[in-house]
Amino acid sequence: MKRKKFTSRKTTGDLIFDTVNAVLLLLLVVVTLYPFLNTLVYSLNDPLDSVKGNLYLWPRVFTLNNYTVILKQPSIYTAALVSVLRAFIGCLLNALCSVVVAYTLTKKDFVFRRFYSYFFIFSMYFSGGLIPSYFLIRDLHLMNNFLVYILPAIVSAWNIMVVRSYIAGLPASLIESAKIDGANELKVIFRIVVPLSMPVIACILLFVAVGQWNSWFDTMLYCANNQSLSTLSYELEKVLQSSMTISQQNSSANALLPEKLRNVVTPQSTRATMTIVSIIPILCVYPFMQKYFVKGITLGGVKG
Amino acid sequence: MGKSGAAASQLSGRKRNGNGGFAASCGGSHKRFSERVFEQKELILLTLPFVVLLFVFNYVPLWGWIMAFQNYKPGLGIFQSEWVGLANFKALFGDSEFYIGIRNTLGISILKLVTGYAFSILLAVLINEVRVSWFKRTVQTISYLPHFVSWVVVSGIVYSCLSTDGGVVNTVLLHLHLISKPISFMGTANLFWGIMAGSDLWKEVGWNSIIYIAAMSGIDSSLYEAADMDGAGRLRKIFHITLPGILPTVKILLILSIGSILNVGFEQTLLLSNSQTLDYSQTLELYVYNYGMEMGRYSFATAAGIFNSVVSLVLVTTFNKLSRVVTGESAF
Repeated sequence: MKRKKFTSRKTTGDLIFDTVNAVLLLLLVVVTLYPFLNTLVYSLNDPLDSVKGNLYLWPRVFTLNNYTVILKQPSIYTAALVSVLRAFIGCLLNALCSVVVAYTLTKKDFVFRRFYSYFFIFSMYFSGGLIPSYFLIRDLHLMNNFLVYILPAIVSAWNIMVVRSYIAGLPASLIESAKIDGANELKVIFRIVVPLSMPVIACILLFVAVGQWNSWFDTMLYCANNQSLSTLSYELEKVLQSSMTISQQNSSANALLPEKLRNVVTPQSTRATMTIVSIIPILCVYPFMQKYFVKGITLGGVKG
Repeated sequence: MGKSGAAASQLSGRKRNGNGGFAASCGGSHKRFSERVFEQKELILLTLPFVVLLFVFNYVPLWGWIMAFQNYKPGLGIFQSEWVGLANFKALFGDSEFYIGIRNTLGISILKLVTGYAFSILLAVLINEVRVSWFKRTVQTISYLPHFVSWVVVSGIVYSCLSTDGGVVNTVLLHLHLISKPISFMGTANLFWGIMAGSDLWKEVGWNSIIYIAAMSGIDSSLYEAADMDGAGRLRKIFHITLPGILPTVKILLILSIGSILNVGFEQTLLLSNSQTLDYSQTLELYVYNYGMEMGRYSFATAAGIFNSVVSLVLVTTFNKLSRVVTGESAF
């Protein structure tokens, strides 16, 4: 960014280029934001009226009913709580693991350094696959258990590698002097390494939290029978699937049953509302974490 | 060290062969191995839980591969299920749907790769050329946003944007008089690859451009100044300085992503596919899921999964080596 100085002379070519560039980027902004905005509009519009379609940027018949209906269901609160808990616990433990293992990997004289590196890196490129993992979870009695959200996600080789390249860039003298002052490894990690690595840790926290928040497939696979362990993303997925089936039946049956479909809420408005409910938390943390993750991905991205 | 320690040395044994073991690989210390372990007990104890967890959740499932050589019955378990040798693999290679799965996997993957690369580099160039910093920052912030939204949300958005009654894409196409009646995007099998590539592009283009923007900011500014002196225009500078400047990054990322070409994106495929598009949407991952979780043919599905994993690993290592030869950089 620094190299871009404003040159005093601006040619016509420059002007044309800048205009075309701005138009293209604005187009991108519109294409990115419009679907979200349109979903918001559908969630704020009267469901019966929404069926007519042609809603674009502004609700035609404004109502908060869709939200009241959804927020009245007790199951949505359990789901939200489970989502928050798994995001919170999951990201803290993953960050802890990433820092501790990454710090260990930066120690040149660590006895298992070579083994650890292979052990963690290999796992990035190889896994047993869906079926064996499913039976493992079953055999460990983690089915319908909250721990299934947490335990498999604690160790992420990818995050370890990202944190490692960050810690490797810290001045080694700091750690040495702490050692001389009698600090043990635990103290070194939490008093020196963690505070110095906050940017990359923040980035890991955000990634894992978002990943946990968005995760639905593990719920479907392992906790589908236990409503109290359902997550917001999975609830959204169920709504999505059911609205798909209904709309498919609808189109194949040549829209024979519009009257029957017209309940208080339609699948379409429920889907829109659930979507908005599930992305609001992400939109809330997103602006604060933004400045960190660019650094994080550039660090990790070079390696993969 | 206990159980995992034993497992650890077993696993590492293969890799240490020819390297002279730990003592040699750990530098010039003359202390005995056990002394060094004792000295570093804190670090070992701190990391032990994580090593065990990784072992359990990433390595133990490899044990489940035995299922592929059995007629696995969940009630009997691995020890009592009947051995069938390579029968599952034979059935797999004799199944015409399997080849359709391979075709779809490669088709979608290559389409995603090409469009993904082209557009994220284009976007990076466009963003890099913006001189007004608030505009630059705003565009960047907005372009990353879809990356943080789940595929569940995105697939909902895709369905509603592409719907035949009032979906925005059909509406726009109708207004531009490019089509005379709405296209049923989600119900047309041979549009599926395009929908996969398009939705992936929408979700990830901004995110993928980050790395190129970072690479561009590392280009020596004196090059641009010299080009200015010579009277080079903006496009000329892009084609002669910016693009060549990010070429090493482009090369290594391309080589590495070719290695993971069999991983199309399971969630995306599962959420966007439906019974009408099955001919073009059944990728290898979905094939494993359908046969394993839906039909309960566990052994058969595991065999398909093994095929996927092994081919992926071969591709990753081959292209990683290639990357080392071509660009001097590699992931491991």
